[in-house]
Amino acid sequence: MSKEILKLSCRDLQAKIAKGEVKSGDAVSAVFGRIEKYDGQIGAFLSAFKQDALKRAEEIDEKIAKGQSVGALAGVPIAVKDNMCTTFGATSCASKILENFHSPYNATVIEKLLAADAVIIGKTNLDEFAMGSSTENSGLKKTVNPWDKDRVPGGSSGGSAAAVAAQMCFASLGSDTGGSIRQPASFCGVAGLKPTYGRVSRYGLVAYGSSLDQIGPLTKDTADCALLLNVIAGHDEKDSTSVDEKTAPLCDFLSGVGKEVKNLKIAVVPQLFDGADSEIVAGVKSAIEIYKKLGAEIVEIEMPHFEYAIAAYYLIATAEASSNLARYDGVHYGHRTKNAGDYIEVYAKSRAEVLGTEVKRRIMLGTYVLSSGYYDAYYLKALKVRNLIRSDFTAAFGKADCIMMPTSPTTAFKIGEKTADPLQMYLSDVYTIAVNLAGVPAISIPCGFDNKNLPIGLQIISPAFGEEKLLRIAGMFESQTDFHKKKPEL
Amino acid sequence: MTNSDYKIIVGLEIHVQMATRTKMFCGCELVFAAEPNSRVCPVCLGLPGALPVMNRQAVEFAILTATALNCKVAEFTKWDRKSYYYPDLPKNYQISQYDLPIGSNGYIEIPVGDGVTKKIRICRVHLEEDAGKNIHTAGSFSQVDLNRAGTPLLEIVTEPDINSAEEVRLLAMELQRIVRFLGVSEADMQKGHMRFEPNVNLHIKKDGSKHETPIAEIKNLNSFKALEKSVGFEVRSQLDNFIERGEVMQSGNKKTFGWDDVKEVTVLQRGKEEAHDYRYFPDPDLVPVVVDEKWLGEIKGGLCELPLKMQGRFVSQYGLSDYDASVLTTDRATSEYFDSAVKAGGDAKRVCNLITQTGLKTANEKGCGVAQLGIEPKRLAELAKMTDASQISATAAVTIFVKMMESKEQPGEIAEKLNLLQKSDAGELEKIVDEVITANPQAVEDAKSGDKKSKKAHGFLMGQIMQKTKGTANPQVVAKILGTKLKA
Repeated sequence: MSKEILKLSCRDLQAKIAKGEVKSGDAVSAVFGRIEKYDGQIGAFLSAFKQDALKRAEEIDEKIAKGQSVGALAGVPIAVKDNMCTTFGATSCASKILENFHSPYNATVIEKLLAADAVIIGKTNLDEFAMGSSTENSGLKKTVNPWDKDRVPGGSSGGSAAAVAAQMCFASLGSDTGGSIRQPASFCGVAGLKPTYGRVSRYGLVAYGSSLDQIGPLTKDTADCALLLNVIAGHDEKDSTSVDEKTAPLCDFLSGVGKEVKNLKIAVVPQLFDGADSEIVAGVKSAIEIYKKLGAEIVEIEMPHFEYAIAAYYLIATAEASSNLARYDGVHYGHRTKNAGDYIEVYAKSRAEVLGTEVKRRIMLGTYVLSSGYYDAYYLKALKVRNLIRSDFTAAFGKADCIMMPTSPTTAFKIGEKTADPLQMYLSDVYTIAVNLAGVPAISIPCGFDNKNLPIGLQIISPAFGEEKLLRIAGMFESQTDFHKKKPEL
Repeated sequence: MTNSDYKIIVGLEIHVQMATRTKMFCGCELVFAAEPNSRVCPVCLGLPGALPVMNRQAVEFAILTATALNCKVAEFTKWDRKSYYYPDLPKNYQISQYDLPIGSNGYIEIPVGDGVTKKIRICRVHLEEDAGKNIHTAGSFSQVDLNRAGTPLLEIVTEPDINSAEEVRLLAMELQRIVRFLGVSEADMQKGHMRFEPNVNLHIKKDGSKHETPIAEIKNLNSFKALEKSVGFEVRSQLDNFIERGEVMQSGNKKTFGWDDVKEVTVLQRGKEEAHDYRYFPDPDLVPVVVDEKWLGEIKGGLCELPLKMQGRFVSQYGLSDYDASVLTTDRATSEYFDSAVKAGGDAKRVCNLITQTGLKTANEKGCGVAQLGIEPKRLAELAKMTDASQISATAAVTIFVKMMESKEQPGEIAEKLNLLQKSDAGELEKIVDEVITANPQAVEDAKSGDKKSKKAHGFLMGQIMQKTKGTANPQVVAKILGTKLKA
């Protein structure tokens, strides 16, 4: 029974729960069966709330038994990345500085999940403060890839991706600043959507790079991404950068998935394929062939500023991060040093004692970037490059409905393989970062496996607020393939 | 060294707390002296994940003030983060405005006495959030109260156009009057609604060349007295240092001082100004503010006649003294109350006297404004008219004024009830004068004598007449009759 339940998509599970055919309690028990059996090896969760989840599931089952109406995610077990504030459990950001931090409020997305009657079962591991591409920068836990436990799950939403791939939840939320949803989705063989910047409220998402951060779902397939987007999207008066619904009207993202996009035009950037492993190139090209067979037209384009994305990103994101992370100072909450002689030492030692190397590196980089005398040369220039990258995308979308490219230049790499060389690690985000700089939405879906049976991700990028069409385009591929149905043997 | 050998140069930075209902970037209400850390939320506590949302009212207040200070209002402005570490600053950055302040290039006119005004240029006006307060009374550790964190502050920076300690105070007082008139701040000094930071130095002429003393910045002054005294102290101190040690400005040696209110001396805080790098950059959590013509028009609709202009008008239009006009224009309600009473027909000087001599004293005792005493301008005008027409005496007017606060009756009705109407009927009064003259022949003789006894006797006779009429006789009429009789 639990095995059958675990195979279900979110929408099928919700439908069965809403009809009373499956109990939410059974779904919750099923995922905790998996967590208890496998998370010792996988390490996806930083915290899990079994008793609370079972209790909530029971309440939802009761509501249904009484014939009361329930939400779009009624009874569905969901995991959230541990950089979203919750009043239950800690909100650690996988950092020792916030290890015991308990938020007095829920992030807007958490409120929305709860309002949709989802059951939040636990909070997942990440690179400390979402800074990283492998989850190896977690200050609290190691997470491995369910497809190969010697390999990384990707990052920074590595825990969220691994939890979905290992069927320890039915869907999860991640956050994506430079690829942190799409790249781990690609590494773990699940679907991961980064919505348009401003589509989903950031209120309660612990900020890394505020102008780039965006919350999105990691799911078993595209339609589940649409279902979760339905729940979490929308204007939030608590987030000034969330877009009002007049500018970006909401729609039912789910209902379109399964309907094909007629006269689909796909842009590809041939120059970008040079940087990827041959098996990745082959996987993505064969995916594009499938679209061709479905009648799509392929347009070759150039994106002349794409190659500057990583450089611009590491100036903008680190500048914002250096400021966003200044508040973790040991004064008001979080870790405080026991060895301070004065208040300056409270700051210096509290931070030095527990922040990880990568976090320190980015704070220092960002501090340098914003320093007087360097601001124009670095930060301001990076903003200009960002505008050029935006215009590359605008030009591309003048010629095509979407752009397709790999999500990552490689499949999941070995644990420890890139930790010694931060630059190599940064380069693993070469395909995803430009999307955040442009603020446009993109999805990664499984499109094949390499010779080590590691999943390959296809990235599809669409114009701002074009998620409805983006999801339909992704759905077209899934209707022709079953890569997304493959599960790792644990 | 004489005054003509040096010039005092002062620029002033002023922080004014805006009288919005809620904080600059969250919904916490602004309450003075609340339980520590009771007016806080995730946003003003700077908790992880919390995001600021701009208070539109604060922006409108800022624009209104900038307009009143003759500034150019930015059509496009934004929010910047100013980074520095301090325990009372929970995010370790302050949301402020860096290169695009809401207002710039304005000026304030200040009254420097006898109706003369001086223009002081305003460099910039911008909005920012206040920090909390560090409290050092607990012993071996410090505490932080974040109730004030996030309070909207308007920072106003003048050009160094101020040339005396008195002018600094006059500017501060004029600004207080302006923001109160506009209703954008209570500007209550006791509550720290206005804080001043003057930058002071001297330009000295000696031996044919010009010398500049090092700039002293005096931090965190919160009274007019401290402001004026500290600048005065700093001027003397810089002059002494120049004369005794030849101390002059070297590049960047601005010193920061505090003010000791008890000893009345400035206290050095930082000898050499550290090179502060605030690492300003646009706050990515907030969107830029576009001030279009429509919005600006709506905001400017809230503009009123400003106090200095009104003060001038009271002098030129109503013939008041500059002093009286300044007293009446201390706050907007009083000045408008006065203006309405005059427009309702009261003689300006008479209305002014009623307000400044009786009204303000009574209002002070009651802890309210004159306009809130319960006497409508029209009734006040009536009272003034009666006094003018000698229907009542000045003393009676005070009595009636007090009664009017408690009833809705017209001053005439009250005067009648209290028997305070003056007798001006010459025939009736003549009879009484005759009676008094007949009863006091010695006094009459003395009064007529023309020597030094005459004045005293005259006063005695007047007193007798007033006594007989129980004070209701119009003294002018009586004096005239008596004068005629004594000459006869």
